[in-house]
Amino acid sequence: MIHVLAFYLFAILVVSSGALTILSRNPVHSVLWLILAFFNAAGLMILLGAEFIAMLLVIVYVGAVAVLFLFVVMMLDIDFAELRAGFVDYLPFGILIALVLLAEIVLGIGIWSAGPIELAQRAAPANPELSNIQAIGGLLYTRYIFLFEAAGIVLLVAMIGAIVLTHRARGGVKGQNVAKQNRRRPQDAVRNINQPVGQGVEL
Amino acid sequence: MIGLQHYLVVSAILFVMGVLGIFINRKNVIIILMAIELILLSVNINMVAFSAFLGDLVGQVFSMFILTVAAGEAAIGLAILVIYFRGRGTIAVDDVNRMKG
Repeated sequence: MIHVLAFYLFAILVVSSGALTILSRNPVHSVLWLILAFFNAAGLMILLGAEFIAMLLVIVYVGAVAVLFLFVVMMLDIDFAELRAGFVDYLPFGILIALVLLAEIVLGIGIWSAGPIELAQRAAPANPELSNIQAIGGLLYTRYIFLFEAAGIVLLVAMIGAIVLTHRARGGVKGQNVAKQNRRRPQDAVRNINQPVGQGVEL
Repeated sequence: MIGLQHYLVVSAILFVMGVLGIFINRKNVIIILMAIELILLSVNINMVAFSAFLGDLVGQVFSMFILTVAAGEAAIGLAILVIYFRGRGTIAVDDVNRMKG
């Protein structure tokens, strides 16, 4: 009973906050609704017994991605009212596409549930003795180790790409040039002069 | 009792909402990126639901990779958005025709 109640709570909240994400006028509100959607999706995944993915959702999505969105929204000075023009024009077409897509997905689910798909064998059967995190860790560090490292490379490339894209060389910045400092010799920099009395120094 | 279909329906609604978000906010790239995040979230729910109900952990492992790719995509997308804003002073994607593609 509590399971059913929790499922409907999380499901209704995730769907309504998803709707408010795409409908709200202010992008800051959109990001906050997106965070709520992620939290409730994490709740759904806890109900499914996937604690690791749920925690990952909260940490990665809420802690990193949503905050990144928030930073960008607040950093850029944008006239959002102007961007919202044409919202009503696109609405009928968008709803049409969405309804067609929804009908197709529901049809797909119906066909799927009409005839059970018997997989030949489970790729990695869940072991009831292990906790979720232990089981996933066992898979990730043995069979899927190369995929795991590839995911690391994807993140590295994304990080380097983001830095390269947004980096700009600013003019008028005084930086230290170590090679130039090391090349400097005393005979180039120091000059001995015999200064006569009563005259200024010629530099 | 809550079955697999319930989760699939939630995931389908969320997916469709993401697609609708791309269509109705065609000028605002930030909202489009958020809608893509919603789509990826619904795919994740789908993966984890199948994984839980079929008793197969591979779905959860792949869900983690989807999450990785989503994080990288958000980072790169927002970086492109920032440099685009720096050059043009707006983020309206209607007139992104500099490359004449």
